[in-house]
Order: sequence, then C-alpha cells, then structure tokens
Amino acid sequence: MIRPSRALLVLVALALGVSACGDSSSKGASSSGASASGAAAGGKCATAGATGPGTGGTTVGFIFVGPKDDFGYNQAAYEGAKAVEKACSDFKILTAENVPQDDTAATVMEGMVAKGAKIIFATSFGHLDPAKKVAAAHPDVVIVQQGNVIGANPPANVGTYFGTVYEPVYLAGIAAGKATKSNKLGYVYAFPIPQTLANISAFELGAKTVNPAVTTITVNTSDWCDPAKQAEAANSLIAQGVDVITQHQDCQATIIKTAEAKGIKVVGYHADASSLAPKGWLTGSEWNWGPFYIELVKFVATGKFTGSKYNADYRVGYKDGTNPFLQSKFGPSVDQATKDLIAKAKTAISAADGSPFKGPVLDQNGKELVAAGKVPTYDEVEKIFAASLVQGVVGQIPK
Amino acid sequence: MSLVLEVATGAVRGGTSILFAALGETIAERSGVINLGTEGSLLAGCLAAYAGTSVSGNPWVGVLCGAAAGGALALVHALMVVKFRTNQLATGLVVLFLGLGLTSLFGVAYVSKVINNFTPWNVPGLSHIPWIGEVFFRHDPLVYVSYVLAPLTWLVLTRTRVGLLVRAAGERPEVLETYGYDPALVRIGAVVVGGMFAGIGGAHLSTAYANAWFENMSNGRGFIAVALVIFAAWHPLKAVGGAYLFGAALALAPALQARGYHVNQFALAAMPYVMTLVALVIFGRSRVDEAPEGLKAVFELTPTN
Repeated sequence: MIRPSRALLVLVALALGVSACGDSSSKGASSSGASASGAAAGGKCATAGATGPGTGGTTVGFIFVGPKDDFGYNQAAYEGAKAVEKACSDFKILTAENVPQDDTAATVMEGMVAKGAKIIFATSFGHLDPAKKVAAAHPDVVIVQQGNVIGANPPANVGTYFGTVYEPVYLAGIAAGKATKSNKLGYVYAFPIPQTLANISAFELGAKTVNPAVTTITVNTSDWCDPAKQAEAANSLIAQGVDVITQHQDCQATIIKTAEAKGIKVVGYHADASSLAPKGWLTGSEWNWGPFYIELVKFVATGKFTGSKYNADYRVGYKDGTNPFLQSKFGPSVDQATKDLIAKAKTAISAADGSPFKGPVLDQNGKELVAAGKVPTYDEVEKIFAASLVQGVVGQIPK
Repeated sequence: MSLVLEVATGAVRGGTSILFAALGETIAERSGVINLGTEGSLLAGCLAAYAGTSVSGNPWVGVLCGAAAGGALALVHALMVVKFRTNQLATGLVVLFLGLGLTSLFGVAYVSKVINNFTPWNVPGLSHIPWIGEVFFRHDPLVYVSYVLAPLTWLVLTRTRVGLLVRAAGERPEVLETYGYDPALVRIGAVVVGGMFAGIGGAHLSTAYANAWFENMSNGRGFIAVALVIFAAWHPLKAVGGAYLFGAALALAPALQARGYHVNQFALAAMPYVMTLVALVIFGRSRVDEAPEGLKAVFELTPTN
C-alpha cells in the first residue's frame, strides 16, 4: 500500500524536478479542457428576435486540436476567438484546447451545447466528422468547421470555411525565386492533403514567374509536428543545395532555426517567426482570423445560415478582399524591386481574371491541369490539387 | 554529399537521443527493472533542458535540469515497483502518461521561447579525416558526451564493484542480501541513473537537435530505446550500433526524398518498429534466455520477488 504522505512526497519531488528549471512567471498555464471567460467590452453581435439554427444563444464555442500557444495554427485560431470575445459583449466565449480529432471532440462540443452554445467553431481538419455528429443531434446549433470539405448538400446547420492559403504562399514564392542562387527551393510538409499540394504548387509557380530555372524539392515528415524529423528533413534538403526553405507544419521553430544556423533563407507559415531568423527571414504567410470569425458569428446570429454561402464549403481570398491569411512582413534581404514585383502580382491575382493557377498549368508529368487562359475558382483549386503537383516540383506524392 | 555519408551522419545525429535513453535503460534492466516510463523521462528531459536553458542562457545547465527531471520521473517508477511491488510494465506506462501530462502542463510557456542552444563543434584534427570525420566529429557536444558515456557504462557495469552490485541485483538479489547489501536500494539507484541518462537524451533532442520544445516531441523515441536494449542483449556497446541503426532509419526517408526518389512515407515511418519486431521474432526466445533473471519474471508476467 502507498501511504498518502509518501505518495505526496513523490509527486512533490517530481513536480520540482520538472518545474525547478522553469520560470516562475509561467504559473497558471492552462491545460486541456474547456474554460469560460466573461464577456469584455464591445458591441452586440446577436440579432434580436431572430429565429433558426444558431440563434438564441448566449455562448460561442471554439475547439482547437493543439495548445493555444503553438506559435502556429492553433494560436492563430485562439486569437480569433479572443477577437470575437472582444467584439461581441453579448456572447460568452468557451474555448477548449488539445481536442483530439475523434469522438472526444463530439463530447467536448456536446458539453459546450449544454452550456448554451448555439454556434461552435471546430477548427481542425479532422474535427468535421464529430462536428457533423453533434450537429445532427442538435438542429438548433450551427457548427462551422475550419479547412475541411463537406461537399454538396451539407446538413442545414453545418458548413466549412477557410482562407485561400495558397495566395500569400504564391507571393512568398516570388521572394524565394528572387533570393535563391542554387535555383533549389525546399518544402517540408506533413501530409499530402489538397491544401498542402496547392501551397507547394503555388510556391513553385510564384518562384517561376521571376526565375524560370527554379525547382522546389519536397520532403514529407508524416507528422504535423515532430521537431526532430523536421530537423532531419531540413538537413537533407540543405545537403542537396537548397538555399531557401519553407514548410507546411503545425510548428515551425525547428526548421526556421536550422535554416538560420546554416545561413540559408527561410519563408514562414502560420505565424510571423522573423524573430527566429533575423538574417534569413524572407517573408511568410500568417493568420488573422478575428475579422472573419466576427463576421461569421454576426451572420449566423441573424438566423439566415441555412442555404447561405456559409452553409457550404466557403473559401475567402484576395478577390473578396478579406482573406484571413496575410503576407508576413519582409526580412532585411528583400529589396525594393522584389517588393514591387510582389505588390504587382498581388494586384494581378486579386483581379477577377487573375489566379496563381491561371492556365496553362502543367503537372509533374507535363499533363495539363488547367487549360490555357482558364482561371479556376477557389472551389476548383482544391479539386485540381487533390493528388497533383505542378511541373518543377521534385518529389512524388505518397499514396 | 553522397547518400551513404548523409544517412550515416544523420544516423549519429538522430540516434544520439535514443542512445542516451538506451544506455540508461540498459543499467535499469541489468538491475532487474524494466522501465517503459523511459519515454516519459526522455520527454521530461526535453522540457526541463529547454526550460533550464531558457532561464539560465546556458545549455549545459539545461542538460543538468534534463537529467534531474528524467531521474525524478524514474524515481517514481523505482519506488512504485521496488518498494510497493507494483507491476513493472503497467507502472512504466502510468509514469509515461504522468510525464506526458506534466510536460504538457508546464510546457506551454516554453513553446514560443527562443533559447541559446548547443551548436556543432568540429573536433580539431579528427573532423578532417575523410568520411569518419564527417560522420562522427562534426556534431554538437552532447554527441561527444555519448561517445564517452557508452564505453564508460560498459566499463562500470562489467569491470567495477558498482557494476557487479547492479548486475547481482538483477540476477541474484539473495546473494546481495547475504553480503549485507540492500538489493532494493541498488535497483532504485540503477533506475534513477537510467532516467537521468534518458533525461540527457531529451536534452539532446530539445537543445541540440530540434532546438525547440513542443508537446510530446519525443514521439516514441523512448519506446524505441527500450526495444533497443532487448535488441542489443543488454550490452551497452551493442546499443550504440542499434541506436545508430534506428537513427539511420529515421534519416533515410528525408535523404531519399530530397533526391527525388519515391518513398512510401508510412512504410518508412514504421520501419524502426518493424525492425524491432523482426529482431524480436529472430532472437525471440534466446533473448529472453539472456535476460537478467529478475527480468524474466517480468517477461513471463509472474510476480517479481
């Protein structure tokens, strides 16, 4: 038998061991689980007298697959939730971190519904199935999911939304194409999902507009965040002569620091990480979900969700002017001529007849992906890159 | 850089954290205690080393913190199984989840911190030897520490009185008692030292290799280390080869992909585990026969003495 005093002693010793080296100001760090916070000053977001799915609630719920301070995807979504809290004084915000992409997510969302949530943001790719399940059980609750695809005829109270991530990635590709001397760019990615394949393709196409000889070499890690695997991937790419590196991972510190240590250039993703690479940082793409989340909460509260553009796979980009995925600031090595080129390209792809994927676009085997002169819609892009990469990308898509 | 050279260099770099953990687990198992919580000690080492480096600005202070955290977690395991006679395998898993939970809790504050990490240091003279210099002598200082620690572990285990006590605790604890030693204390000591080694492995992972802290960043490397100890038949020097073999498996995937070869990412990711299984199938019974007597009882799932 363990005497309580002894067990306690062991736990205290252990806690000391882990935290003795820690910084005492970090006390009170939150763990997984839902936490409520009171409404801050701000305007009203609810519509009085509205009826229908998503109305009549006092609470908006947000679930995240990772910790809220990951310097990346989850932190960005969490900051969006805080923006809603600030803007909507009439709603309470519930957040839950580290929610796995399985039935646990459904349980967490059920808990939020029980606490009065009529609108829930399920912010990870794999949260869609549990979202559908909870939505089916609660027709009066609207659940919007971030980044997955629901397809035709969605349930009346479910939708997906995302920014067009590949637009700023295309612009970053221009900076990379200008910066490379070896004409080899490196791309470390996690899994070959359409979003990632479109990003890699856009990066290569952007670089090609200023450097026709450039190639993008890809390495995948089969993991959204395994820093050691990232280090090895970056080392392999650098050994092949890559002198600009970028990535599509949930955590980005390792790759950026490895690149900086080896004296090569780096392009960020998810968040501004220029502080990790003061010399090598070129630019990057980062999230600003706040304005979009607020817009969506206000719209759902009017009761008009069902049948609206949000009750589908909604994608928002430069053409609508409110892409939540922004260009990060430029690093010191990017010259004015390159910045001007990027500004011009941004104007071009924001126009009705512009797109990073304006035809002709060929795949790795020279097969036509987009016909000459054709401008694919946001919706079409994810289908085009379901299992394809453009010419100039080195590395095959794992099956 | 040629493929062979690159994979060999990557094998040493990536195998080092596994090597530290495997050396530590060799000591623990030689004393008759299997510690599946090694993964937890590795992870605690990752965080404590990262935090210690962040606060002090010195990665060597981080290594000490990593060793302390890894040892503290191993102490929980040791007390439970030695003093309270709990099941070794189950307790190890509990300790692992304890490590996972505690590091998640205390780790959030460090995810976005930047540290003064270890940097590679070329050994004068040796690093210029063709091939060998590149593969072995252009690494961070912790890799060189592992070069010393592996033969030292072997030497202490096989050629010293302390090593004899550890091995006796694993093989014939009653003999120890006859001579007036407490086998329980020896075992606790061995498991704690093992945890400290794993903690140093964690320090390598977070402050020399990946240079970042992220939740669950050890990602199974501690389990690989435990499997490796069996693979290496409880011999510290064989563990070196095994650790680099696993390191090579991890380095092969990106090296092939960066050259444009098509590889099945899922097959490659599973390779270290498949290798372990194959080794167990091949050596199977004979390995169990070679195990320290105290461990056989654990493998046979009978209560330990």
